[in-house]
Amino acid sequence: MLLIRCPYCEMERPEIEFKYGGEAHLTRPDPNAASDEAWTDFLYFRANARGPHAERWRHAAGCGRFFNCVRDTVSDRIVVTYKMGEKRPDL
Amino acid sequence: MKFSFASLAGQALSGHQGWPEQWRSPAPKPSYDAVIVGAGGHGLATAYYLAKQHGLANVAVFDKGWLGGGNTGRNTTIVRSNYLWEASEAIYAHAHALWATLSQELNYNVMFSPRGVMLLAHGRHDEQAFKRHVHANRLAGIANEWLTREEAKAVCPALNIDPGVRYPVVGAAWQRNGGTARHDAVAWGYARAASALGVDIVENCEVTAIRRDASGAVSGLETTRGAVATKKIGVVAAGCSSVVMAMAGVRLPLESFPLQALASEPLKPVMPCVVMSNAVHAYVSQSDKGELVIGAGTDAYVSYSQRGALHIASATLEAICELFPFASRLRMMRNWGGIVDATPDRSPIIGATPVPGLYVNCGWGTGGFKATPGSGHLFAHHLATGAPHPIAAPFALDRFRTGALVNEATAAAVAH
Repeated sequence: MLLIRCPYCEMERPEIEFKYGGEAHLTRPDPNAASDEAWTDFLYFRANARGPHAERWRHAAGCGRFFNCVRDTVSDRIVVTYKMGEKRPDL
Repeated sequence: MKFSFASLAGQALSGHQGWPEQWRSPAPKPSYDAVIVGAGGHGLATAYYLAKQHGLANVAVFDKGWLGGGNTGRNTTIVRSNYLWEASEAIYAHAHALWATLSQELNYNVMFSPRGVMLLAHGRHDEQAFKRHVHANRLAGIANEWLTREEAKAVCPALNIDPGVRYPVVGAAWQRNGGTARHDAVAWGYARAASALGVDIVENCEVTAIRRDASGAVSGLETTRGAVATKKIGVVAAGCSSVVMAMAGVRLPLESFPLQALASEPLKPVMPCVVMSNAVHAYVSQSDKGELVIGAGTDAYVSYSQRGALHIASATLEAICELFPFASRLRMMRNWGGIVDATPDRSPIIGATPVPGLYVNCGWGTGGFKATPGSGHLFAHHLATGAPHPIAAPFALDRFRTGALVNEATAAAVAH
């Protein structure tokens, strides 16, 4: 079980308090203007990175807020968590 | 050497000292007609059918680890075909038909045991959904039937059908000809048969790059044992599919999750069939060694760690203790996590990619073992002929663009 630091509550809590929210920093294209390929890429295609992976979590049983996280998917070590709207830290 | 009564008797008389190695361990050649990346069950089956059915013997299979050492050697070995949609029914039934004669086909005992697969329903909604499955399957010629809870208990006497438990069993869908097979034997049998037909299986050799020519087509690959020229590459890398395909600049609609399984201490025969429950998330069967083989769920997040979280396995064990109260006194001997590649619609991807000469067979998610022979057979057809087999056609990568998904995420009989 992961130990995740909520950047809003500013404390580390066990994973069962959180819900995983999928890959972070996906930008929704304008569906009226986007090509089929761009729309498909947004809906379905994922980085699925082996190594540092930016992802969303929600502190469901805590403050209820979404935040972002960079985690190494080989070791499952959480590198950093940061608030929604902040840019992915350059690590 | 062909396995037969005569060869067994001959070896017995000579103290079993004369058995040859089951497959060759060749050094990679400088070029091949086709290369398969990944020596799991699906990759080895692909190589076997390429050689056997399509006469393509100048084929190599590369794996960064040892043969069958990934998910093929760490799954719950369940074989069934009771999926909901017609495309899924066709592909899993195709595989199921091949299972029936696989031991004879390979001259290797894969211990296919059609002992029956029972999917437990735990409420009104489950019952309606499962009866819909049963009817759909029967229209497609797949042997699925509905059992009342008393009938389910008659099949599996250890099952707890007490209506007073938290999630009481109300009935079950029963695929009488589903069952299990010996996972290692499937990999070894395909490897041995493919090797005998001339396929080079190169273990402990990692593919590090995919080379492309000026037109963008595949021209070869780099490995830890040197460069190999080929115009056709089939990637069958399961949980690592995204990583291998990224070498050619191809993105996939995949996420890789750890999926756990456990094996208990051995028991006398107690579990005559496979029992699965979607609602409480438990899979259990008994191996010929007597261990209960238990399947748990996936972690929620992308991971390549080959470790699942304890609370995932605990949830499954708690469910099994409710379904089979005797299990509360059992010790678990082994626990492992395989990395499974899941697609958004929980159906596989088989076929061509945007890169000419590069083909992929992935996305089998949590349930690829059952499809092993069919998957290899259909993928070999596509590699050899350049066009999809009609059964595999609905599973093209392009379905995510066209929207023609085969959505087993909500329709499948099991939780994902």
